[in-house]
Amino acid sequence: MSRKKVQVLSIPYILWVIGFTVIPLLFVFAKASTNAEGDLTLEYLLAIFDPVHRKALLLSIALAFTTSLICVVISYPVALILKTSKFKNTKIIMFVMILPMWMNFILRILAIQLLISKNGVINHLLSMLNLPSLNIINTPAAIVVGMVYDYLPYMLLPVLNCVLAIPDDIIEAGKDLGAGRLRVFTRILLPLSLSGIGSGITMVFVPSMTEFVIANILGGGKIQLLGNVIEQEFSVSMNWNLGSGLSVALMVFVLITTFLFGHDSSGSNRNFVL
Amino acid sequence: MIRRALGKIYLGIVVLFMYAPIIVLIVLSFNSSKSRVVWGGFTLKWYRTLFESDAIISAFGTTLTLAFLSAAIASVIGLAASLGIYTMRKRNYRIMLFFTNIPLVNADIVTGIALMLWFVRFLELGITSVLIAHITFNIPYVILCILPKLETIDIRQFEAARDLGATGLHAFTRILLPDLVPGIMAGFFMAVTMSMDDFVITYFTKGPGVNTLSTLIYGEIRKGIKPEMYALSSILFLIVLITLLIVYISGRTNNNKSEPADY
Repeated sequence: MSRKKVQVLSIPYILWVIGFTVIPLLFVFAKASTNAEGDLTLEYLLAIFDPVHRKALLLSIALAFTTSLICVVISYPVALILKTSKFKNTKIIMFVMILPMWMNFILRILAIQLLISKNGVINHLLSMLNLPSLNIINTPAAIVVGMVYDYLPYMLLPVLNCVLAIPDDIIEAGKDLGAGRLRVFTRILLPLSLSGIGSGITMVFVPSMTEFVIANILGGGKIQLLGNVIEQEFSVSMNWNLGSGLSVALMVFVLITTFLFGHDSSGSNRNFVL
Repeated sequence: MIRRALGKIYLGIVVLFMYAPIIVLIVLSFNSSKSRVVWGGFTLKWYRTLFESDAIISAFGTTLTLAFLSAAIASVIGLAASLGIYTMRKRNYRIMLFFTNIPLVNADIVTGIALMLWFVRFLELGITSVLIAHITFNIPYVILCILPKLETIDIRQFEAARDLGATGLHAFTRILLPDLVPGIMAGFFMAVTMSMDDFVITYFTKGPGVNTLSTLIYGEIRKGIKPEMYALSSILFLIVLITLLIVYISGRTNNNKSEPADY
């Protein structure tokens, strides 16, 4: 059977991609670069630089950055602890991490709201212990808590895979040659886990930057991320041209971040490990 | 010693953080008060009334239908596509992978909006538009599960079968397909999971009157979530927990010897 004959099999998929991936994106670009009357305009593509939208964009970037950072800070020690412990059953670990994703995503965020709200579970516990109460609901901090909660597995999985794959021999060799704990960490462990952290950051940063559901629930509808602005342009204000213009801007930022962090994750270190 | 103990405490805190909301939801499913904040005593009544609440049952039906139908169609298209892509030369191979990655990298909100803008031109938004949308974001997961499997297969066995006179289809079903089954299954279940978990893309591409569990819950946030919803989610969670445990345990007894050091 010739290659050509087998390649025919991908024709349905190619048609699907053209019909439902490429053309829809062209529609977004078309909407973004025209006004309601259908005339060409740059107004909506440049709308991201309006003060209101710029503020939403900057807040989105700031929260996504904070979320990614916190996820790294939580995940890395987990990976190190599991690496030094005898318990290395990766299947069980994966199991524990993936299982929560099977509870409906919106219900889980509502449960977070219940935990951290003013009369919530955590404040009940704190007042029983006579500790000051936690007042973060309806603030950006609450949104970060929700996003860290929801996206932590996306960071844990690649970081864990990467750290557990570092051969113990290299670490032993480093120690034998006189490196202290800190030196082993900065010269061996950290450089060899950068690819995992990189792919983790892409997987956390992009969804948290484009999020609107978590912001709606935990931000009390008052805090506007770029995702919220776009959603409202489509469902409330019905200004589809503006919504599309902002979507194009969002896409550009997503592409920039995947290029910055994702580029490295194909793993220049991988050859070394294998 | 102390380091070990501290490590264990740290892992415990992380696991608690991941599971606290789930415990809350399961507790709520047994709360006889309708309020989310007040504990009104233990009850099983939401598990009984669950089967009488039509909105939830019909949304659950829609969610399951969408998940399995979109995953099945995506698996067929994705399998055929993977075989084709596998035989392509480098440049076309790269182009195909680039387009396959678009729905994965792109923000859900943009994918949803793009499909919606396109659908309103020729299709009334309804269940069909959601199905097409789900197939669209599911195919890449299928391809990314099957393609790596294909790369590891020894294609000479297939060629030998052909040389010995097997037809292309026969050689495929007897030689290639059995080796591909794990990849196809992985892709299928990944697609089911993604479809069931999706909210954003469904939200933008659905028509009025069509509801999955996610969109139903989202619509109820202001009015208050029906307690039956917690009951259903707890049941689903339990089913998945048991299924995964069975898969894990059976996998462990099978692979006991064949898997030296996982990495």
